[in-house]
Parts: sequence; structure tokens; C-alpha cells
Amino acid sequence: MKSIISYITEILKGIWTLLTGMKVTAKYFFTPWKHVTQQYPENRKTLKIAERFRGEVIMPHNENNEHKCTGCGICEINCPNGSIEIITKSLILEDGKKKRAIDQHIYHLGMCTFCNLCVKACPTGAIVMGQNFEHAVWDRSTLTKVLNQPGSKIMEGVKD
Amino acid sequence: MDELREVMITTDEIKTDEYLINMGPQHPSTHGVLRLLVQLEGEIVHNVQPHIGYIHSGIEKMAESLSYPQIGHLTDRMDYLSAHQNNEAVALCVENALQVEVPDRVKYIRTIMSELSRLASHQLWWCVMGMDMGALTTFFYGLRDREDILDIFEETCGARLTVNYSIPGGLMFDIHPNFQRDVKAFIKKFKTKLPEYDRLLSGNVIFTERTKGVGFLSKEDAIAYGVTGPTGRASGFACDLRKHRPYSAYDKVNFKEILSDVGDTYARYQVRMAEMWESMSIIEQLIDNIPEGDYAVKMKGVVKLPEGEFYQRVETARGEFGVFIVSDGKKNPYRVKFRSPGFSNLFAINHIAKGWKIADLVAIMSTFDLVIPDIDR
Repeated sequence: MKSIISYITEILKGIWTLLTGMKVTAKYFFTPWKHVTQQYPENRKTLKIAERFRGEVIMPHNENNEHKCTGCGICEINCPNGSIEIITKSLILEDGKKKRAIDQHIYHLGMCTFCNLCVKACPTGAIVMGQNFEHAVWDRSTLTKVLNQPGSKIMEGVKD
Repeated sequence: MDELREVMITTDEIKTDEYLINMGPQHPSTHGVLRLLVQLEGEIVHNVQPHIGYIHSGIEKMAESLSYPQIGHLTDRMDYLSAHQNNEAVALCVENALQVEVPDRVKYIRTIMSELSRLASHQLWWCVMGMDMGALTTFFYGLRDREDILDIFEETCGARLTVNYSIPGGLMFDIHPNFQRDVKAFIKKFKTKLPEYDRLLSGNVIFTERTKGVGFLSKEDAIAYGVTGPTGRASGFACDLRKHRPYSAYDKVNFKEILSDVGDTYARYQVRMAEMWESMSIIEQLIDNIPEGDYAVKMKGVVKLPEGEFYQRVETARGEFGVFIVSDGKKNPYRVKFRSPGFSNLFAINHIAKGWKIADLVAIMSTFDLVIPDIDR
């Protein structure tokens, strides 16, 4: 007799623990306005990305198509994956002296691990991290980017 | 198949109804590409042999060709749920070698960040544990609360998972102006959510039947196998480095080392649940007292360690993580060895799971909180 009673109480206790859990889920079921999910592709306009978010490396240009990159190559040395290639050219100044300048700042997005070391090391603040995170492309050759825009030149007064 | 046949032939005590199955490398409850060769008799597990190497990325070898600040970002990718602690271990090791003293502010922020990532890691472990047991509900609750921590990381560190925040010499950035407000709001919110976890899973009769008294690990065996972290502490092995070898700001806070002398699957579950409360208490003690100061000390452009061998260990969410650097005075290390907690913990599984049912093996593996890139780095 005793064993039957303990058997039944065990079952009832078990059902009670299940109901306790069900109570939690029921609470959320009947309060759906507390949802935490986001309707992602639809909410692109209202989506807030943190300003420090590391999505890609970009080189900001001003309205005169000028940037701050001197072509020193420190970002290339600091990159752990070889995502950055610097191709320089030499400019001949008015007084006849030669000066190094950036020809192409090549950035391989597909190899980048977004560690921020290049941005941290840049002495002139020429490259920063952009917030764009939608990098899916059809052809991976498009992941190789040239960061300095065509025809751009270095800003006045930026020295390395 | 040849390998399977070879094991079948070489094992002496094969009976007619004993057979081998591959659990993994693609199995939902191994949480990654881990392959367990399980020898079964009916449902009873006779032997479990973990086979690793499916996700070997050669991080230790890669580190030999990188400079010291560059190594840190690779450790994010080992135990991605304890990325902060891994970064911190490398940073501390390099700082100790160079005998650089970082400001108190850095120590406080590092400790808070480590505890936040421990919370995030335990939350993920909890929800995945429920999922392994067949309770998919828990998965959504755990991830819902983890999202808040990841948002804090995103705001301050610029990344959600692979943060690369602690670098040799200090931190990558100063904390975001909203950091303290957000962390306090999160702690306040999570204090109401954690009891919900208990109501959902801890008392659940199906869950307790499957975990209580299943998969024992004694203290002696835990020490012999080098099982650390919550898994070891559930067996009574006092191995919390935060308590016994304090680093960063852990010597300035009061917290309990959670120990249990039962050593079964349910004890491992409860130790982690209690650790979440302790982590919250550590964060609460520090968050209002972050001292003013610099967030990093100025390091040389090229960091060169003096010749010698350097070791630093920290407590990650999974156990003791060690960084061993052999330097020959150049800017790259001569050799780097990572002592990852998951690797040592995993190989106790054969000892624990022997004699239990194959369904218990899933429960046991779940409480080990395995992260495969940590095992197979």
C-alpha cells in the first residue's frame, strides 16, 4: 500500500514540476508584446549598429576626394592575415624632390578577421572601421577592394 | 570503415552483440566536429574514444610567425565563448614578461569583461544543455538573455564574439560612456530571469531523472585527468584560479568558490548555475568603482620579449587556460603552447561514461560544456 502511495505522489510531484515550467512559457505566450525578436531585413532603416562595430575597413574621403593615407605601410605590417597590400608610387614635387604617395590601398575583405590592429596602428587615422556588415557577394573577386578612390590625393598638411 | 574493422579485430573481449558506432563528426549534441567512437553493448556504453583533428586550425604554429599583439586575436577563435579570458591570458603573459604594470582601470575593466563573458558562456551552455535533453524551449530563453551581453560587447569592444579587446599593454578602447548604465540594467534584469531558468529546467522531473546520479567523477579522478573549471569543481576539486591565484582585480572582490562533492551530472549543472550568481555579484562589486586613469600603457611599436619561458594561466568559463611562450628575444615567439581546458576535460569522458546508457552519454557530454575549437586548436 505504501509503495502505491509513494508511486502516485511521485507522479503528481513530477507533473507539478512540469506545470511550473509550463507556467513560465505560458506567461510569455500570453504577453507577446514582450517579444525580443527583430524582423531583420525589413527593419534595415531603423537598425542601430554600434558606432565601434567592426564591419569592414574603409578609408574616408572628404568632398574634394582627398584622404589621409601617406602610403607608409604600417597597416600592412600590423595585419596578421595579409589582408592589406600597399602599392606606392613616387611623386615628383615642384622643387624637384621625390615623395612617396599611395597608388593603391588594396584590402582583401575575404581574408580580414576584423581585429582592429591596422586601424589602431595607423599614424594618420586614414583608415577606420565601417559599420556595414552585409558582405555576401556572388563572386569572391569582388571582395578585393581598393580603398583609395580613383583620382584621389592626400589631404593638405598630413605628414608621416 | 577499415579503421572500424581494425578496432573490432584488435579488441579482445568482443561479444557477438557488441558493436561500434560513430557519434559525430556531424552530430547535433557534440556542438561541433567532434567524433566519438562509441563501443556499445545494446544501449550500454563500454568504451568511448574521442577522435579529434577535424577542425584543427594550427593556431599554435601560426602564432610562431606572428608578433605578440597579433597572437591575441587568434585566441578569440579557440574558445570563442571565453574570448575575453583568452585575450587576457595572452596580454597578461606578455605584460609579465616585459614587467609592465597596467593601470587599475584596465584591471577592473578586464575583470568585468571576463565575468560578463563567463555569464554569456554559461547562458549558452544552459540553453544548449536543455536542447540536448530534448527541451528546445530553454534554447530561446538562454539566447534571449545572452543577446543583452553581446550588445554590451558590441558597444564597447566593437565585436560580439571575437572581441580582441584585451591587448598587451591594456585595452583596445576605453569603455563606452553607456557601459556602466547598460551593465547595471542587465544585472537588474537578469536577476529576475535566472530564477526563471530554475523553474524551467532545474526542477523539471524529466531533467532531474536523466541527470541525478548519472555519470560520476570522483575528486581523485578529476585531479588525475586534469579536469578543471566547473566540471572539476563539481567533483570537489578546488581549482578556481580566480580564488587561488588571483590575477587582474580578482583579489579585490569577495566571492565564493562554488564546490560540490557529489560529482554527478546534476552537480555539474548546479555548480554552473550557482556560478552565474557569483559572476553577477563580482560585476556588481566592481562596476561602480572603476577607477579613473588610462585604458592602456604606451607600448613600443615592435614588442620584443626577453629571452626565456613565460607562463600565464587564467580561469575561463571552461576551466584553466594557460599560455606558454618561449621567446628567443625576437619579435615573434619561438614556440607558443596553449593549455586549453576543453582538451583535458574531454578525455575524462571515457572514464565517466563507461557503464551508462548512450542517452546518458549525451547528458554527460553536455555538462562538460565542450567547445570544439578549444579542444582542437
